[in-house]
Amino acid sequence: MDLNSFFLMRHELLLLVIILLFVTAEIVIPRKKKGSTVHLAILLFGLHTALGFLTLEESSLFGGMFRTNSLIHFFKNVLNIGVLILLLQSADWLQKKIEKQNRGTEFFTLLFCSLLGMYFMISAGDFLMFYIGLELSTLPVAALAAYEIMKRKSSEAGIKLIFSAGLASGVSLFGISMLYATTGSIYFQDVIQVITTTNLTVLGFVLFFAGLAFKISLVPFHFWTADVYEGAPISVASYLSVISKGAAAFILMILLFTVLKPLMQVWENLIYVLALATMFTGNLFALRQHNMKRFLAFSSIAQAGFILLGLITGTQLGTATVVYFVMIYIFSNLAAFGVVQAISQKTGKENIVDYEGLYRTNPRLSLVMLLALFSLAGIPPVAGFFGKFFLFTAAASEGYYLLVFLAVVNVTISLYYYLLVVRAIFLRRGDNPVPHFSNQLYMRLGLAFTVIGILVLGLYSPLYDYIYELSGVFN
Amino acid sequence: MQTAYLLLIPLIPLLVFLVLGIFNKRIKPAVSGYIGVAGLAAATMLSCFAAFQYFFVADKVNGAYQTFIQKTAWMQFTDTLQVDMGIFIDPISVMMLVVVSTISLMVHIYSRGYMKGDAGYTKFFAFLSLFTFSMYGLVLATNLFQIYIFWELVGVSSFLLIGYYYTKTSAVAAAKKAFIVTRFADFGFLVGILIIGYYTGTFDFEALNNPAGSAIQNWAFTSTFMGLSAITWALILIFMGGAGKSAMFPLHIWLPDAMEGPTPVSALIHAATMVVAGVYLVARLFPMFLFVDDGFVLQVVAYVGAFSSLFAAVIALTQTDIKRVLAFSTMSQIGYMMMALGVSGFDGHEGVGYMASMFHLFTHAMFKALLFLGAGAVIHAVHSNYLQDMGGLRKYMPVTNFTFLVAALAIAGVPPLAGFWSKDEILVAAYENSPLLYGIGVVVAGLTAFYMFRLYFGIFWGKNTRYAHTPHEAPLSMTIPLVLLAFFTSVVGFIPFSRFVTADKMGFEAHLNYPLAAIAVAVGAAGILLAWLFYKTENDLSDRFAHAFGSLYLWTSHKFYFDELYLFITRNIIFRYISAPIAFFDKKFVDGTMEGIGNKTVLLSRKIMSVQSGKVQDYAFGFIGGVVLLAAVFIYLWTF
Repeated sequence: MDLNSFFLMRHELLLLVIILLFVTAEIVIPRKKKGSTVHLAILLFGLHTALGFLTLEESSLFGGMFRTNSLIHFFKNVLNIGVLILLLQSADWLQKKIEKQNRGTEFFTLLFCSLLGMYFMISAGDFLMFYIGLELSTLPVAALAAYEIMKRKSSEAGIKLIFSAGLASGVSLFGISMLYATTGSIYFQDVIQVITTTNLTVLGFVLFFAGLAFKISLVPFHFWTADVYEGAPISVASYLSVISKGAAAFILMILLFTVLKPLMQVWENLIYVLALATMFTGNLFALRQHNMKRFLAFSSIAQAGFILLGLITGTQLGTATVVYFVMIYIFSNLAAFGVVQAISQKTGKENIVDYEGLYRTNPRLSLVMLLALFSLAGIPPVAGFFGKFFLFTAAASEGYYLLVFLAVVNVTISLYYYLLVVRAIFLRRGDNPVPHFSNQLYMRLGLAFTVIGILVLGLYSPLYDYIYELSGVFN
Repeated sequence: MQTAYLLLIPLIPLLVFLVLGIFNKRIKPAVSGYIGVAGLAAATMLSCFAAFQYFFVADKVNGAYQTFIQKTAWMQFTDTLQVDMGIFIDPISVMMLVVVSTISLMVHIYSRGYMKGDAGYTKFFAFLSLFTFSMYGLVLATNLFQIYIFWELVGVSSFLLIGYYYTKTSAVAAAKKAFIVTRFADFGFLVGILIIGYYTGTFDFEALNNPAGSAIQNWAFTSTFMGLSAITWALILIFMGGAGKSAMFPLHIWLPDAMEGPTPVSALIHAATMVVAGVYLVARLFPMFLFVDDGFVLQVVAYVGAFSSLFAAVIALTQTDIKRVLAFSTMSQIGYMMMALGVSGFDGHEGVGYMASMFHLFTHAMFKALLFLGAGAVIHAVHSNYLQDMGGLRKYMPVTNFTFLVAALAIAGVPPLAGFWSKDEILVAAYENSPLLYGIGVVVAGLTAFYMFRLYFGIFWGKNTRYAHTPHEAPLSMTIPLVLLAFFTSVVGFIPFSRFVTADKMGFEAHLNYPLAAIAVAVGAAGILLAWLFYKTENDLSDRFAHAFGSLYLWTSHKFYFDELYLFITRNIIFRYISAPIAFFDKKFVDGTMEGIGNKTVLLSRKIMSVQSGKVQDYAFGFIGGVVLLAAVFIYLWTF
């Protein structure tokens, strides 16, 4: 292996350097000046994101354990942008935390470690690499969820996440071992040759699937979601719902469309059932939430159900629509969480009732929220509409009319609760509205990026064509 | 001929609208006025330049003006049927560009004075620009679908402007009435468009209007309904849309009420531009109207126009709200234009009606806008719309008085003002076609002269009203447009229109028909004389006359009770026997079902909440349970 092919892991290596830098920074930078590491993090990660756009060859390393191609590369860039926005949105909050509570730089180290895990996960060429990536991406987040050490709920979130994640990865690993038992290999390229539908593979597959389903919070593996989102700091909840879920959905898609393609008869039914269960459960629970974070948690569960609609197809169109939808979902949810973050860090308010009359005091923030919610709800002409529309088209073109119909029913239900929030913001006056405040530069940038993302994704169609072209790699 | 720059003409007002609309409150009123005027001035210059280029520079082919089309496909319906967006340059569209630009520019300038101090000043200019943009789009449309889109946009901006004083209930009601009545007509229009699209496979004006094309040649081979071919029906329905916008009988009821809008709006929309859209539409599709079914629909156009013309002129005799008099006068004059179109042929001098109609559209825009703006100046000065509150104003408002007089003379057909020339051509066309229509035309000419001078004398002469505040001449920003329009009114009649705008685009030499002209002038003079006798000084002649006519007078002043008739039909028949049962069904059954589903969903949502207990062990149980269940189900499924 020469140096050149080593650079196929450019994303991973760069991020690793950044992580090490932060470990060093933790030691070198004196306590009082740690607050400035926020700027450093944004600068370094911004650079990393920019460098990510350099072209990359399509190849694999380590005898197929690590592989990359244009779509994977593209998706890593999407994740980078998402994390960058997240960093921007949480910069002020973090700086305050670090300065006031004498915290170190662990937030960045953990966050980047988790992202590194995701890189490995989506680049995995065998089950071992995949499993390590999965673990690396989950465990740091459990620590992050408990970041607010002074708050009970935050610790509770951390504990719940680590327990649930442990259980999920245990089950998943068990499933992998069964797949190994039936196929005799953990390399994807070998597995695909020999895998067939036997009882043991089906069992192994379902167990393995549960591990990823946990990350995407599909019903019935979703229970942790709302509690963890509510207790964890908003940035972490946002990370879980956006980056973590996006990456997991992406790798699930890759696995289903490549290695597990021979099991398609099994998984298309599995996904059919889970899509319905997830959409209905997510939506029905979201209907009656009062806390914005819980609300967004259930909304994100329902959105995961919609993603499954694209997964069920197993076609290039399905791939393209899933990637496109996930991208839109990332931007929309980041926008929503960003607004929640902005309001929460200024006023500490997190309930929907507190948002009443927001438009009168903070019109711009309200408009961002409006855009985000419309996009999540799928109201034309916002990006989310096209995302859903394409997903439904993909599913319908494979003949899943009933599923699409039920999904549309779910869109209708979701419309109701998204509009509840819109109503609170725009139509209600509220006894005690959030006072007017202005955001710091980073937060503004973070929100502006999401708005641009939503608008560009919705209105600039060549982007979709580009994604569609990239999606050809799996078919 | 270069056509690319013509795109700027609609785009500039659109840009102005967006700027004024988005930065509404942040722009100072004075600035927004200037922005509006500057935008329109630019568009006007471009329009005039385009007209010059088109009529004098661009090459003719075989002596005919060419049609320039620039378009891009916008929507593909089927392999053959598509909708384009683009601009269509031919004599009438160029002429309309000039009309719309000129009047709109005048109205913009005028509004800076008229609307001064109004709270929604910037909004007003934004709406004006939106309207102008829509009107340009309508004029330049390359196909039926595009014209329909802008047609509706024009309707919307008209709605916004009529209801501009939205705190006044009467204005809101008027806006709704105008919108609903024209929408009703537009429904016919849309159906007509769809029929055309279905049977001819194109929406394109060029293809439709080609006399040798399949649309015109094959009209008789389409399916028939009640003895008429589908294409004939389509044209009737399209004309219905045009009649709605142009306030032709019996869809005229919205126009008088639309006078609730600010007066500059009435001048722009309800006198000079939007209301002639119907005439423009018929002219746009003229070859179709003429050749399909041997001109059957064109006959309908002619008679509807003639009847509306007479009907409106009679009502105008007795109205006391000066803007309503002008509104009915507008309806009457548009009827004239329709009639002229209806009696027209195609080639050379046979197409005199077409030419006359367009000519009259052109001149009428000038003097009717002038009349409205003059009326606006008067209303501005005396704060009333009613004749009884006016009188003797010539002493206070000399400029308004003079310009109003010019316009009144023009509409009465006194040479050498603009109205004389165009009206004469219309009467020539009618005379050559049908004695009945000609007769109506002459009567209307007399009536027009009478009611117009009744208005003029009533405002500026007549009794010496004592005013609570001494009326003042309008500010410069308002009188300048008046003077300019008076100037146009005096000179545009000398434009040799027949050389430029004709049905076959070839141009011909029109000559004054002296006997007919003499009759028309005599009739007009008689009308003026009668008005002079009745209203020049205060006397009871007119009252005695009104008494003599008795109930006929009452009928006329109530506009023949048409509003009441419509109200009766809608309230007592449609609302009670059709709408009410439907509403009942909707409320009880449709809404009931929907609400039931909604309530059940919320209930279900409440019930399942307990699953989310907050205990990790429960979650783990759910997780493992889920895995086991799924595994069991799928293994079971796959072993069988």
